[in-house]
Amino acid sequence: MKDDVELTREDRVANLKGMGCARKRVEDARFTQGKGNYIDDINLPGMLHGDFVRSPYAHAKVLSINTEAAMALDGVIAVLTAKDLEPLSLHWMPTLAGDKQMVLADGKVLFQGQEVAFVVATDRYIAADAVELVEVEYEDLPVITDPFEALKSDIVLREDLAGQTSGAHGPRKHHNHIFTWEVGDEEATNQVMDEAEVVAEETMYYHRTHPCPLETCGSVASMDKVNGKLTVYGTFQAPHVVRTVASLLSGIEEHNIRVISPDIGGGFGNKVGVYPGYVCSIVASIVTGVPVKWVEDRMENLMSTAFARDYWMKGRISATKDGKITGLHCHVTADHGAFDACADPTKFPAGFMSVCTGSYDIPVAYLGVDGVYTNKAPGGVSYRCSFRVTEAVYFIERMIEVLAIELNMDAAELRRINFIGKDQFPYQSALGWEYDSGDYHTAWDKALKAVDYEGLRREQSERVTAFKQGETRSLMGIGLAFFTEIVGAGPVKNCDILGMGMFDSCEIRIHPTGSAIARLGTISQGQGHATTFAQILASEIGIPADSITIEEGDTDTAPYGLGTYGSRSTPVAGAATAMAGRKIRAKAQMIAAYLLEVHDDDVEFDVDRFVVKGAPERFKTMAEVAYAAYNQAIPGIEPGLEAVSYYDPPNMTYPFGAYVCVMDIDVDTGVPTIRRFYALDDCGTRINPMVIEGQIHGGLTEALAVALGQEIAYDDMGNVKTGTLMDFFLPTAWEVPNYETDHTVTPSPHHPIGAKGVGESPHVGGVPCFSNAVMDAFRAFGLRHSNMPHDHWRIWQTAQDLGLHK
Amino acid sequence: MIPAAFDYYRPKDMAGVLALLQEHGDDARVMAGGHSLIPMMKLRMAEVPHLIDLQDVPGMSEISIGDGKIRIGALVTQHDIIAHEGLAQSAPILREAAMQIADPQVRYMGTVGGNLANGDPGNDMPGLMQCLDAQFTLVGADGERSVAAREFYEAAYMTARADDEVLTEITLATPNGGYAYEKQKRKIGDYATAAAAVQITRDGSRCASASIAMTNLSDVPVWSQSAGSALVDTEVGSDAIKAAVAYMLDEIDPTEDNRGPVAFKRHVAGAILTRAIQRAWSRA
Ligand SMILES: Cc1cc2nc3c(=O)[nH]c(=O)nc-3n(C[C@H](O)[C@H](O)[C@H](O)COP(=O)(O)OP(=O)(O)OC[C@H]3O[C@@H](n4cnc5c(N)ncnc54)[C@H](O)[C@@H]3O)c2cc1C
Repeated sequence: MKDDVELTREDRVANLKGMGCARKRVEDARFTQGKGNYIDDINLPGMLHGDFVRSPYAHAKVLSINTEAAMALDGVIAVLTAKDLEPLSLHWMPTLAGDKQMVLADGKVLFQGQEVAFVVATDRYIAADAVELVEVEYEDLPVITDPFEALKSDIVLREDLAGQTSGAHGPRKHHNHIFTWEVGDEEATNQVMDEAEVVAEETMYYHRTHPCPLETCGSVASMDKVNGKLTVYGTFQAPHVVRTVASLLSGIEEHNIRVISPDIGGGFGNKVGVYPGYVCSIVASIVTGVPVKWVEDRMENLMSTAFARDYWMKGRISATKDGKITGLHCHVTADHGAFDACADPTKFPAGFMSVCTGSYDIPVAYLGVDGVYTNKAPGGVSYRCSFRVTEAVYFIERMIEVLAIELNMDAAELRRINFIGKDQFPYQSALGWEYDSGDYHTAWDKALKAVDYEGLRREQSERVTAFKQGETRSLMGIGLAFFTEIVGAGPVKNCDILGMGMFDSCEIRIHPTGSAIARLGTISQGQGHATTFAQILASEIGIPADSITIEEGDTDTAPYGLGTYGSRSTPVAGAATAMAGRKIRAKAQMIAAYLLEVHDDDVEFDVDRFVVKGAPERFKTMAEVAYAAYNQAIPGIEPGLEAVSYYDPPNMTYPFGAYVCVMDIDVDTGVPTIRRFYALDDCGTRINPMVIEGQIHGGLTEALAVALGQEIAYDDMGNVKTGTLMDFFLPTAWEVPNYETDHTVTPSPHHPIGAKGVGESPHVGGVPCFSNAVMDAFRAFGLRHSNMPHDHWRIWQTAQDLGLHK
Repeated sequence: MIPAAFDYYRPKDMAGVLALLQEHGDDARVMAGGHSLIPMMKLRMAEVPHLIDLQDVPGMSEISIGDGKIRIGALVTQHDIIAHEGLAQSAPILREAAMQIADPQVRYMGTVGGNLANGDPGNDMPGLMQCLDAQFTLVGADGERSVAAREFYEAAYMTARADDEVLTEITLATPNGGYAYEKQKRKIGDYATAAAAVQITRDGSRCASASIAMTNLSDVPVWSQSAGSALVDTEVGSDAIKAAVAYMLDEIDPTEDNRGPVAFKRHVAGAILTRAIQRAWSRA
């Protein structure tokens, strides 16, 4: 400690590597050396391997399953079918959306790739061979892959629900209908539309895609029959909720279940749900008494575990002649596939789609969503976004562009005149949200200036002229997007998952020698929690981030929390961390005061120490205080230095950003080339600029993927056409442009450190930005809208439809 | 993504390979780089009870250039092609094409022989070798024979090679003049939406000879004699190019897939071929 005396205050701040420091990610040492510990790295003694027999049909009756030949294969231990699970009531399981889903085909299959039987063998290769030997007799049924057709069809997809006129989210209008969800005032909205000077309408399809994390989903279940404890390792974005669900489903008391999320190789929403593979590995371990591993392959991941989007959105937006928006109407037909397995807070069957008024001051609005069953895989997760926010932002950012076309107005200017003003925050949106803070005009002006927006528009119009004169076959698009996200779910009063309030938690233990461990209810899947949460704590309690271990993902040790998705970790668990840190500091202050022999109120915290007010040479460092907490009897104060905080956020946080993309499009081949991408993000207080930068690059890259080619496509028979990475677009360094990042800082007024969350913003803003660039290139030739994904042939088709190939 | 069980062999010479092929007939396949075959086995689309690895067979990994001829051993990798300076001098189109195949990892493993013997219409080397009028040396129980690249491809995955023959070497005359390999793909690691190989020579301001082939636009590579002829004796202006493209479009027969519908592929084929001819001519 004596060395410290020489340090300046600045040095002491720097030593902490606290908030604002571009600290290197502590996780990367192991990840970059192949020393991560992912689910498939877990190998327990005597472990068996599971593999699925899956349906080749999208809709069929299962007439019989013959497992004899498979069972006869050397090394095969069991082949589970629905019949085996039925006595345990585990052949079906509840979904997060209040529906239920078959664990193994119960009399019929409803999507291609559905789990039919679970083979358990001594070796992964034998399991795969045995899968081929299971004989399943199917009788195919008519397939419905279109939600509009589903709502008209006589064919009943979900016979198990026959006659049920009401579901988890209210009345069902048709046997293939799941729910209707409405927000806002439809009558008032229609009236505004009727009276409006200008109304623009558009129908758009946000295609089905998939989060496709590099690591697929998997689990290792280990039932210890001697002590009655079940341990489940798995790719879980919400391990504590998995424990609760596993307990409710299996009847095993919750204290006897330990769920562990090891290192997770990306989640992006794909690992929020509960999958048949998890259930089957657990049942198989209970049945066999030895550990059972299940890890899906890439094709299984793409075709069966949670997809994202598949929203048919119909919009109307009204405005005055000079562009002031007066109302917004949105109706969504949501294709949820065979089971409603969306991962949304219970009261929000369409997630936070109701943030679709965007960053604009829109006085009246209405949103209606109809969920529909089809013969496609279940899911509907928030792929790198808060619940359905990419859909909402894509919708409004397209509607703005369409309105700009209708008004013959510049789309940047149209946005500017409709932004919610800085002085309007906290802002009540027409669809019921309270936006906590924002300064949209400043961000927008900074972005447009940075890219020389006027200059770009001049260049674009010269290009159009040159194209018309036959001097070039390339067009230029300028993509604009301004987004407001709604993240950090959320206040327990209206946000829960399966009844669990969406708070989060942090528990801190300061060790006698002045280092610490903090455990959280969240779980990193690459976000860098071990790096950034230590930084929050370093600044709060004055212990260097390098001396703080962050641990997550083991339900036996971590406090209960709702997990990591929807950019909720920093807004909720990050807040819990700061609050728990403050409890530590409060106790430490009393100890320091005792050691310094002054009154509690006479010491104050300064970076890494408590100093006597007015006498800075008299101080006790946090390390000294920590030692005292364990080695001295301090009157009136319990020994030890620990704290726990469960944080129930008072509101969501609302990060925002301004993006601009400049793209050249080869009209003859449909190939787009991204020349420039500028991203300004405002995520409030910035914890680690380097981690933020990395998150932005990642989110933009996934946005590029979705906008320009990534899709899960089905043919009319319900066959998945994009089931491998040959056809499912996952961009590499080659396809990715250089990103220019920028920021403004508008702290969240209700968050203890003012942070808002950033991991998903770039995806939310990126998708409309890339898409708008493609469509903007054709605006001069009369294009209003064309659907994503803008892959080569679809861009070519747009040009073709506009007559540009003559 | 787990293959069915198979026996693995690694013979030390060609005699050993041929003996295994004789013994197991249809149930045996040779493997070079394995970067087409192993994925097919993992998808259980190819069943290969007896897999014969060629890697230890000597004499198939050399590139030699001389006497106006280029010889490429069947086990030469796509990476070797890119790295070979002599080859880049004598036949630069090979490097330009190889650079557009897959990614570096695949190119370290994938061989020229495997790419040519595979018979997948998406493979780039077959069209390239047809453009260059290469000869393939095949060795079987009855000895050696030579088949022209332009005669080798019969249908998707069907070639003039008998099941018990091994492709050992590719021979071609050192090409002259300008060249271009132009390929459109959706992303790195993707097969062509359309690709064109063009080799062209100049006599003063006129084209003396032209050879043109395209890839992934039919179930076999398409070498079009008429397309090449349309350029000969012209100044390779836009009319001549249009004529060449028209001949080629007559001969291709693309099918719809995730890359796009037929009309799109035909349009792209025309655009890609036009660019390839222009670039080759500018280098002639
Ligand atoms: C991700 C990815 C992307 C790819 N992209 C492209 C691309 O863009 N363009 C492209 O052209 N290729 C592409 N490929 C294929 C790659 O170039 C393969 O390496 C090549 O097609 C086959 O070469 P190989 O040596 O790996 O052959 P193998 O996979 O070993 O064999 C392929 C077939 O040829 C047979 N065979 C191999 N060698 C001989 C021989 N000497 N005699 C007789 N038969 C033989 C085998 O029995 C087998 O049927 C890609 C592959 C991957 C994995």
